[in-house]
Amino acid sequence: MSSPFVFRPTASPQEAANWSRRQILATDLRAVVGRAYPRVTGLFREKSWVFFEIALPFLATSAFVFVYRAVQAPAEYIGFVVLGGAMTAFWLNVIWMMAQQLWWEKSQGNLELYFAAPMNIMSVLFGMAFGGFVMSSTRAVVVLVAASTVYGVAFAVDQWFLLIGVFLLTLAALYGLGMVLASLFLMWGREAWHLTNFLVEPVYFVSGLNFPIARLGIVGSLAIALLPLAVGLDAMRQLAFADAAYPLGTPSPEIEALILVAMTVVFLLLARWTLRILERLARQEGRLSIRWQ
Amino acid sequence: MSGSSQPLAIDVRGIRRVYNVKPTPIVALQGVDLEVEPGEFFGLLGPNGAGKTTLIKILTTLLLPSDGTAKIFGFDVERQTKQIRRIMNMVAGGEQSGYGILTVREQLWMFSQFYGLPSKDGWRRVDELVDAVGLGEQREQRVSTLSTGQRQKMNFARGLLNDPWIFFLDEPTLGLDVSAARSVRELVLAWKAAVPGRTVLLTTHYMAEADELCDRIAIVDHGRILALGTPDELKKRVQRESVFRLELDRLDGGPAALKRLPGVLSATAAAQDDGRERQTVEVNLTLEDDAALGTVVGALAGIGSHILALRKLEPSLEDVFVELVGRGFDEEPTDGEAADSEPPAPDTTPDPRDTAHEPGEREEEEAVV
Repeated sequence: MSSPFVFRPTASPQEAANWSRRQILATDLRAVVGRAYPRVTGLFREKSWVFFEIALPFLATSAFVFVYRAVQAPAEYIGFVVLGGAMTAFWLNVIWMMAQQLWWEKSQGNLELYFAAPMNIMSVLFGMAFGGFVMSSTRAVVVLVAASTVYGVAFAVDQWFLLIGVFLLTLAALYGLGMVLASLFLMWGREAWHLTNFLVEPVYFVSGLNFPIARLGIVGSLAIALLPLAVGLDAMRQLAFADAAYPLGTPSPEIEALILVAMTVVFLLLARWTLRILERLARQEGRLSIRWQ
Repeated sequence: MSGSSQPLAIDVRGIRRVYNVKPTPIVALQGVDLEVEPGEFFGLLGPNGAGKTTLIKILTTLLLPSDGTAKIFGFDVERQTKQIRRIMNMVAGGEQSGYGILTVREQLWMFSQFYGLPSKDGWRRVDELVDAVGLGEQREQRVSTLSTGQRQKMNFARGLLNDPWIFFLDEPTLGLDVSAARSVRELVLAWKAAVPGRTVLLTTHYMAEADELCDRIAIVDHGRILALGTPDELKKRVQRESVFRLELDRLDGGPAALKRLPGVLSATAAAQDDGRERQTVEVNLTLEDDAALGTVVGALAGIGSHILALRKLEPSLEDVFVELVGRGFDEEPTDGEAADSEPPAPDTTPDPRDTAHEPGEREEEEAVV
């Protein structure tokens, strides 16, 4: 007779604890899907957020469009700012819903359940990233299409594969950075809130969100070396407006794609390392087990 | 090892845990030794701050001991965390885990994925458990709209998703009303009875709960195990005399009239705590042994008192605690004793921009059993 209290019977705890590599891998992959689920579901369940996260950035982008028109800037600048406006969705998602998230999960009591489960905790971060990517993509696509249509942006793409590749690499590096920040913010505790605020406008500025980053000179070069948003946006602008008189002073898209690959690898390794350090510290100091610490 | 070749379900040796907080480090556990056999329902009973939760966090691999060793079914809590996490689960009282935006089914399915259940099996398992814990009608309801009792039933279902061999329950009925608490207790017992060898470690500060559920109990205070045994064994420690409560139609001369009888150690008027006015007299009687009761009954007949009711009073676990600690279970420690093993909590305001966080989520008003 089947009982709800007997699901996967095992002869002994030792047998139940002995997992194959395939079982371990399958669990990690399922955990990614499991953690992405609330984000993807939330996208469709809370429609008001979709409105606010699309309408407000669209207005912010529009403001820059009108400024560029008023000063009679080259037409491609309208395209630059529309592309930047679309990419803000991902950056906001990274800092609010990746970097802040573990801290919030701890305060809700979720984090200790994640650590107490048999999956690799990196799966949770990947799940958060994947779910966040789906959420932000909706917003980014709507802003891009709406603003391009309304303001008549004409894209000129010669290398579609490279453009798509750079876009995906930018997201990989961005969410990799988000994973690193998630662990760091958790260690820094309540200061994380201020850090998040600090990472909005200054990063918009040094990433050249609303203007070509080459205009920033040495600061722009530094940003390209450190910030995925800066390097990704610069490469995408060069590729999406191939016939434009793009300001000189930044590497070619191919070089920038390589920078993004390097960033992705470094951030993912760093995320894995910081998460291990975090778990060790948490178990040593009780940061996980005591919800408010 | 236990009597058979099976390792102990819990084997704790000399565990100490110190929290390095300022200005003074707090010693939460001070050299705890504990052995729990497979299949036991074991209780840790103690007041807030006794060290129960710290011990459970160490056993669930969330906290490292400062000193000593602990094993779960032979797996070391420091080095073999993955193995332990595959065979255990835990539920805490007042748990607010998960995401308010999800329905009960979705939330449980999400957690099933963390334990590696294939997606379809996960949904099937969730449906079985939702029915088993009595949440069938709420299965499509958002988590944020559940009552405290419903939420705890859902947490309990979460804890059973992976068919654990050992189940850690940290104050599982905290904040539940009488009916919900009973329901949770029945579920735990039903789950445990389904497979021999399943083990439960329960921490609680509800004496009656520990008495009802546990095969053995350790009474803990200030990070030490003060006594360990079956509930009956513990109570016998403090039962040195026979205590009876008598209800009489009248008692001329009051309880003092009984005090003079041979074998009577004390006779006092019983407190009437229900507020009703009575036409009868209630007396608490402490005798050297049960044999002295005959003398009392004879003497009462001699003075024309009729016995309306007679009840032998058994010591409670609270009596055991008072005997061991020198204060009541809910009384604050005196100066010089550490009141808590955990410092006060600062405010932790969740991020209102988090979409996973349902802004409508709220703490329920809680009625303590």
